[in-house]
Amino acid sequence: MRVKRTQAVLAAVAAAMALTLSACGGGSIQNAKQPAGSKDCGDLNMAVNPWVGYEANAYVVGYIAQTKLGCTVNYKDLDEQVSWKGFGNGTVDVVIENWGHPELQKKYMASKGGDGTAVDAGLTGNDGVIGWYVPPWMKDKYPDITDWHNLNKYASLFKTPESGDLGTFYDGDPGFVTNDEALVKNLNLNYKVVFTGSETALIEAFRKAEENKTPMIGYFYEPQWFLAEVPLVKVNLPKYTPGCDSDPTKVACDYPPYPLNKVVSKDFADSGSPAYTLVKNFNWNNDDQNLVAKYIAQDQMDPEEAAKKWVDANQDKVNAWLKGTGVTS
Amino acid sequence: MTAVVTAPRAARHRPAVVEMVIEHARLWALFLVVVVWVAIWAVTQGQDTLALSASAITDTHRQLQDASNWVEDAASSGSSVWVNAANNFADWINSVFEWLQHIFTVPEFPRPLPQIGWLGTIALAALVTFAVAGWRSLLLVVPSFLAFGFLGYWTDSIDLLLVTGIAVVIAAAVGIPLGLWMGHSKVVTAIVTPVLDFMQTMPSFVYLLPISILFGIGAAAAIIVTLIYATPPVVRITAHGIRTLPAGVMEATASMGQSRRQRLTKVELPLAKRTIIVGINQTMMAALSMATIAAFIDGPGLGQPVLDGLKRGQLGTSFVAGIAIVIMAIMLDRTTTAASVRSEQASRADQAHTALRRGALGAGAIGTLVALYLSHNYVWANEFPSSPDLGTPIRNKVDDFGQWLLTDVSSLTTSIETTFTEKFLNPVQSLIAESPWYVTAAAFALIAVIVGGMRAFLFTVVCLAGIYYLDLWNFAMITLTSVLVATAIVVLLAVVVGVWMGRSRVVDRIIRPFLDAGQTMPPFVFLIPIFILFGPNRFTAMVAGIIYAAPVAIKLVADGIRGVSTETVEAAESSGTNKWQMITKVQLPMSRGSLLLATNQGLLYVLSMVVIGGMAGAGALGFDIVHGFRNSSYVGRGLAAGISVVLLGIMLDRITTYGAERAQRSQDSSGRTAARWRKVLRLSPAPQGLAHG
Amino acid sequence: MTQTENRPQAENAAPEGTDLALRVESLWKIFGPRADKIIGTPDADLSRADLKRKTGCVVGVRDVSFEVAPGEVFVVMGLSGSGKSTLVRCLTRLIEPTAGKVEVGGVDVSNASESQLRDLRRHHVSMVFQHFGLLPHRQVIDNVAYGLEVRGMGRKERRAKAEEVVGLVGLDGYERSYPDQLSGGMQQRVGLARALAGDPDILLFDEPFSALDPLIRRDMQNEVIRLHHELGKTMVFITHDLQEALKLGDRILIMRDGALVQLGTPDEVVAAPADDYVRDFTSEVPRSHVLTLRWVMREPRDDDSLEGPVMSPDTIVRQAARAALASDHPVRVMEEGRLIGIVDDDAILRMVVAETDAPDEDGVPA
Repeated sequence: MRVKRTQAVLAAVAAAMALTLSACGGGSIQNAKQPAGSKDCGDLNMAVNPWVGYEANAYVVGYIAQTKLGCTVNYKDLDEQVSWKGFGNGTVDVVIENWGHPELQKKYMASKGGDGTAVDAGLTGNDGVIGWYVPPWMKDKYPDITDWHNLNKYASLFKTPESGDLGTFYDGDPGFVTNDEALVKNLNLNYKVVFTGSETALIEAFRKAEENKTPMIGYFYEPQWFLAEVPLVKVNLPKYTPGCDSDPTKVACDYPPYPLNKVVSKDFADSGSPAYTLVKNFNWNNDDQNLVAKYIAQDQMDPEEAAKKWVDANQDKVNAWLKGTGVTS
Repeated sequence: MTAVVTAPRAARHRPAVVEMVIEHARLWALFLVVVVWVAIWAVTQGQDTLALSASAITDTHRQLQDASNWVEDAASSGSSVWVNAANNFADWINSVFEWLQHIFTVPEFPRPLPQIGWLGTIALAALVTFAVAGWRSLLLVVPSFLAFGFLGYWTDSIDLLLVTGIAVVIAAAVGIPLGLWMGHSKVVTAIVTPVLDFMQTMPSFVYLLPISILFGIGAAAAIIVTLIYATPPVVRITAHGIRTLPAGVMEATASMGQSRRQRLTKVELPLAKRTIIVGINQTMMAALSMATIAAFIDGPGLGQPVLDGLKRGQLGTSFVAGIAIVIMAIMLDRTTTAASVRSEQASRADQAHTALRRGALGAGAIGTLVALYLSHNYVWANEFPSSPDLGTPIRNKVDDFGQWLLTDVSSLTTSIETTFTEKFLNPVQSLIAESPWYVTAAAFALIAVIVGGMRAFLFTVVCLAGIYYLDLWNFAMITLTSVLVATAIVVLLAVVVGVWMGRSRVVDRIIRPFLDAGQTMPPFVFLIPIFILFGPNRFTAMVAGIIYAAPVAIKLVADGIRGVSTETVEAAESSGTNKWQMITKVQLPMSRGSLLLATNQGLLYVLSMVVIGGMAGAGALGFDIVHGFRNSSYVGRGLAAGISVVLLGIMLDRITTYGAERAQRSQDSSGRTAARWRKVLRLSPAPQGLAHG
Repeated sequence: MTQTENRPQAENAAPEGTDLALRVESLWKIFGPRADKIIGTPDADLSRADLKRKTGCVVGVRDVSFEVAPGEVFVVMGLSGSGKSTLVRCLTRLIEPTAGKVEVGGVDVSNASESQLRDLRRHHVSMVFQHFGLLPHRQVIDNVAYGLEVRGMGRKERRAKAEEVVGLVGLDGYERSYPDQLSGGMQQRVGLARALAGDPDILLFDEPFSALDPLIRRDMQNEVIRLHHELGKTMVFITHDLQEALKLGDRILIMRDGALVQLGTPDEVVAAPADDYVRDFTSEVPRSHVLTLRWVMREPRDDDSLEGPVMSPDTIVRQAARAALASDHPVRVMEEGRLIGIVDDDAILRMVVAETDAPDEDGVPA
């Protein structure tokens, strides 16, 4: 019985499908045309490191490469170590925002004594800043907190069960450059570094601190989309001078400025692909990146849509990047 | 009434009085150990804790780093035969995956859409489901597929299905023969079991990096990472299936003069088929649970939107992708369960029935062909319709919910966190991690001997020695504290909720779906809400562990309570037992086996969350592992932390397992069943099947 | 026991001829590590418990020898744990014997290669098991045909053959059923059919009916007797039930703690138990149903009447009773034309009455 019914149902479904088939004339799938491109671009393997600002760079460049140069863009969600490793075996062509990473440079860049699979492709125009930050309400209530000399005065505010009698200093993703344990020690601060272990944890903690007006101090950086939502205030550490951070255990100064750059694989740089020219030309400022990052993180746009929105509104910049690719839009 | 209460005890070999004295002696001994420990701690606190700064690297770590670099260099130079084989294997997997992707999810230029879109895919899935699991399962499978699309994750869902499918096929192809071999050979069992233990307790983050170096970036690395974690269940359960084949049948068929091959194909495989399918089911669930972790090395599928949500601070995005994973898990679980039941019914169907089924299958196949044709040729049948869009409203609701938690709830919950950490967690941690290392080690060794006897003692000493050698003693003890406290809470929850469920079918029916969802929802999804509630700290990490471990433990206890024989319950009732007495004196003691199993599994599940804890502010070993994954200078230390986690896992497992064996020699049959399952599932903190709860 | 001198000598040898179906010589089975090192040492003479304590090894079968003639029904009897099931498994090396020799139809099983052993099991010896051991995923017909299947016989041929055997054991109409759809008795008929299907020379039964209800058990016993009459197979039958042993057995081997205690015909075992163990076993047996006149007759005297009925010494007492009591004269027991003994009414009455009055006592009045 049961099977009979199933059979009947399936037969009916098949019949219905056949009917639809004959009824639906339009909407059939047409092959795409080759987009206007000067040279054959081929594949562009774009690493996507796990933070939103990076996504903004990656998808804007990717979107242009795809629509203007006709590249097949493969976005690969990878973290930095894996991305750099990928230069060697051809699985990654581009890291579009690099925060220093001397240890990776040493391993993969010929100029630093590495195997030469990675090549610098110029600055992105974004200036990276790393430092210690507090939520804005604290700056309003304790205006002198932005001077590191006063941090010990306020240490008791930051006490949590994680740090006992000391103030808690929150650190973020362990992939990011940090000297904080050494800084606390060398500046004789009554703080204990607590490792949140991820950027998400850090952001949620700052968000919560601002919302509930609870004290918090932690590691943060710009450009970062979150600063548009909660404009964290930077604490001034002893001024950075070149070389003051050369011995990681004796650091007692602020982080250096990070002019962010692009890194590509040697093979990609030598390929003559127009995508390489595009990557090399790519240069914008922190506001640009923050805008696209906001589209993605706060407006919850799809990264490709966000990229399209920005590209459509900034044709002049895009045109400058396309110079030398043989394409103009 | 007393008669009833002592009834189960009377069955033991030793007289009840002796038993009680022994039992109490053990409790007193434990108590004494703790008292002495606290006394010593009071005067020695802070000495010889072997604390190591989070950024320090020791010689041991450097050696591990060198070993890891050596593997890496071998991989890049491609000199080794093994590395070449690995590469070939990876290439092969990648090409299979890409071929499937071009059919189902990724257009191949110049075609703007994949070869087969949603209509064809669903028709194909329906046909396969009907063939292997019967028409009833269609009622689950078809709506599930539609849900993937309506939630906005059609492509990611199908990608995840493809990855999981390939992983399960390979796991079965390797695991079933290995399981058969283990089932026949004690030597093989002795060799393979520790390897399986290792595969299941080693945190995946430790091998994410080496695997992606060895096998390249892409689907292959994701599939291999998945395989490491997901293969053991099918091996263990297949071996168990072979070992527990009815001895009478094996002997009778042997007496007929069958060859080995005949024994395998005509007797063992048909008889163990159902158990093997349970193994495949478990492997499938374990594979799905790796979706998010694999996404860290670009593993395709639903793990990626989960991580996107996490990095963009969008709770809703993670949650909706998480729901799709839950739906997929439940769909696969129920369908494989139905398939295992069917595999027996089908062979018994009468001829008329078989003929009808063939007809239905034929009709279905024709329908599927039509659907495939439409899907290949028409946009409407290829691209999943963008409306109705269920994903966006859910996403928005969940984001609103997150905002509400932040504004209205989080100050209250923060004070709960603070109180608990100060009053409870910190003192316990101080005792364990701030006693001199040799005091803590001695205390654990003594506890092991009291609870689990000599074997547990030996394992404990070896494991602790290993942790000492790896230079992460203090972090290991901090992690151990969190694990122990979280497990205590899990067991408490399991008893309260499990008893409630075990005693009421209605409650069971209401709660169970939530447990199923809690078990299959990727833990990363509930990180954001607990960050909002509690901030980044050890407590948050514990909550994550508890959420992950509690469903399994609760189910085990509920099933144990339900398993107490109705006769015993009736006998107790007839002698005037009240509800409280019934629970405390009859049902809980009699389901002791399940309770112990729940404790054991709770421990291992909580332990498997150590790395996620490290991303949630727990620091310690979890942080080291993440650190090693994220920063190439700390690979060696991360590896050391990973091995330390494995050692903690083995130590805790052996103490509880041997303790349980001791506590329930000659227990009732439900206890024995539980013990048997523990043997099979030991050290498998995979989401256990929703099937055999 | 005045009759002791008449007791025939119990022998391990088969009753007639040298053409043996089965010969077992000094068979040992010791379970445990390095078991083979124990035989021949003084440890081998230790009791079971002592050996276990000393070496951790357990004796299953201890130095057992016997012979079985073609067509004979040979029963091995003992309580559970006596080693009888181990013994029967050693015959086809389902359990590997530790030492000793087994010959089936003159072929040495003990040293047979794997393929020879397979051949033996496929063609010459079949076994029926206590818990049936049927394949649950196969229909009756395919269970019965399993032995033929592993021989490599084609599907059609083996099914035809199986069909035949299914009929022989009275299971017509159940060919397409699955084992779990049948009662225990019917399942054991399947087990029997499976063993018969290969047309073996020897059938081994390992307590085949002890899991069955008493009534069904009786039916099955009769079935075995019938099949034995029809097919004349040699049978080795394991049981813990003395009634069953007496009913089926041509000879009975009694085991305790792995060792042979007594081997003899049913009446020998009942009338002349070798020790208290056997006596205990046989105490409840209605002796008149088992014993022959040989066991109750007395020496002829000169004054005996020569008019009583003449009977063979192998006549069962109960069968003789009516005629003996009806006659005014005592029964003359003649063997090969020679008067070997006299049975008077008293002797018969003593036995019959003693049984009804005091079945718990020894049964043989002093």
